[in-house]
Amino acid sequence: MNALNKLLGGRQGVIGLAVLAALIFVVFPLLLDAFRLNMVGKYLTYAFVAVGLVLCWGYGGILSLGQGVFFGLGGYCMAMFLKLEASDPESTKIQSTPGIPDFMDWNQITELPVLWVPFHSFTFTVIAVVAVPVILALVIGLAMFKRRVGDVYFSIVTQAIALILTVLIIGQQGLTGGVNGITDLKTLLGWDIRSDGAKLILYFINAILLFGCIIIGKFILASKLGRLLMAMRDKEERVRFSGYDVASFKVFVYCIAAGFSAIGGAMFALQVGFMSPSFVGIVPSIEMVIFAAVGGRMSLLGAVYGSLLVNYGKTYFSESFPELWLYLMGGLFIAVVMYFPNGLAGLWESHGRKWLAQISKRPTPVAPVLTKPAEAAKPVAPALETQP
Amino acid sequence: MSAVGFQMNKPVLAIEGLTVSFDGFKAVDSLNLYIDRNEVRVVIGPNGAGKTTVLDLICGKTRATSGSIQFDGRELTGMREYDIVRAGVGRKFQTPSIYDNLSVFENLEMSFPKGRTVFGALFFKRSPQVVARVEEVAADIFLGDLLQQQAGLLSHGQKQWLEIGMLLMQDPELLMLDEPVAGMSVSERAQTADLLNRISQGRSVLVIEHDMEFVKSIAHKVTVLHQGKVLAEGSMESVQNNPKVIEVYLGH
Repeated sequence: MNALNKLLGGRQGVIGLAVLAALIFVVFPLLLDAFRLNMVGKYLTYAFVAVGLVLCWGYGGILSLGQGVFFGLGGYCMAMFLKLEASDPESTKIQSTPGIPDFMDWNQITELPVLWVPFHSFTFTVIAVVAVPVILALVIGLAMFKRRVGDVYFSIVTQAIALILTVLIIGQQGLTGGVNGITDLKTLLGWDIRSDGAKLILYFINAILLFGCIIIGKFILASKLGRLLMAMRDKEERVRFSGYDVASFKVFVYCIAAGFSAIGGAMFALQVGFMSPSFVGIVPSIEMVIFAAVGGRMSLLGAVYGSLLVNYGKTYFSESFPELWLYLMGGLFIAVVMYFPNGLAGLWESHGRKWLAQISKRPTPVAPVLTKPAEAAKPVAPALETQP
Repeated sequence: MSAVGFQMNKPVLAIEGLTVSFDGFKAVDSLNLYIDRNEVRVVIGPNGAGKTTVLDLICGKTRATSGSIQFDGRELTGMREYDIVRAGVGRKFQTPSIYDNLSVFENLEMSFPKGRTVFGALFFKRSPQVVARVEEVAADIFLGDLLQQQAGLLSHGQKQWLEIGMLLMQDPELLMLDEPVAGMSVSERAQTADLLNRISQGRSVLVIEHDMEFVKSIAHKVTVLHQGKVLAEGSMESVQNNPKVIEVYLGH
């Protein structure tokens, strides 16, 4: 029980999780119509990326500007399965080669490419959704971190990878659907994913998976590995000369972030019904970093709020003032960097709690900012008591 | 018991013909240095003599151009940094390197030699054994009452001690300290000398230091480096009276 309490971050951690859970599982489904709820579901798929970025950027100090690559690969894996299911010989009989995806037919391809064949299997697809991006992250991570490529150089390389993958996808039109992406996804194992009922169920599956990722993130941060990540950000050399293979920890957290992003991508393909290179490249990748930055790069829950708010803002403003949106987004990022580096979660820590304490008229023993070291210190003593 | 006797006589660290050149400049030049078991050796020398570079070479931070570093019969040149640490070499940096955002307890715990792999760290348990060890070391380094303090808030001297404590957590056979009393007050220096004399029991210590009073109070033997080479070696007294050493320190 105590271990669970520690994992969830004590009373405040539990309250934080409960509030977000209530919002996502109860408030949104009750208040929003099917169209808007599906939109929130879409925003929440970006939250997977943002949660991964909190781990890898916020705590690990690894700023990846190419998370769209993993989001995209996860999404494409899922979309390939769905596309194959939508391209049965019956519904594609007007094509010159029935039974293959329509865009292949348009590109004069007469046989299903080898790359696509395993995606007939749902089991393979589910594994591939996570495995393909994680293996790519593993390769990139090993190549970069073992050679001690870090900081901005790493960020630049991740941007290059995002660009390369976009160019590849667009260039290989017959294999990938090119710039249009993979569209017209209809059913999942015979279940129509376009109906409102299906979208509601997918929304909940998405939300459950997101909470699963948050719990995994909390587990990692509560473990010694979480403290090691912070130690590495403070003094990487000291960690290395304390007997740790620093690169392996960076690779691990980068792979975790990639895996989370990929799950988000797959859920995106399911909920939105298509996948395209516009979610892979540099611009979407940087937007995802902004979600995490606005929410608070040191807060797993903050990242979710950041994704929701920025995307809501994006939808709202691009509907009302389409020309203004990009400037607003840029301004938002500058404001975060200059005035609230820990994002909304940081503002909440420094102002929100005080305000909450004031309106509930409970006398707070110490100012909120000062309570932090004491809280950080707490785990030691309880841990002592609980040992057999 | 002859094996033990043999081991006792063999130096724990044997550096032979060690050379490193940076773009033709030889920072360390055919250096030979032997450190015995349970010995406290202090390396002194003017700025740029190559003292810190020697420590960098031993712990793997800098790769040697040629030569060998034998530690306990194992060749360290070419080994990975973390393998060198795991083999039993601990190194303190010149400026205190501690984790500002973690507590004193967590700083020390981080150097406990368990859970050093990814999955080891993920499932690491703070056992009573770990807690006992941390408390023991914290008492040794005068920080027993400050375990919950955030390390970034410690005074400069306390940070130096904390880093020494982090090394003690690893229980290294060879402890290398780069200017451990730099920036310390007089009383802190005395405390540190006392600390070093206590912790050098059962291990070898290699110290770089400029403060001669401090050197006198801890050194068994002193090595003077100059332009990457050993200029003199012996007791503090013999080194201080060595005309070559006087020339190097005062001549220019």
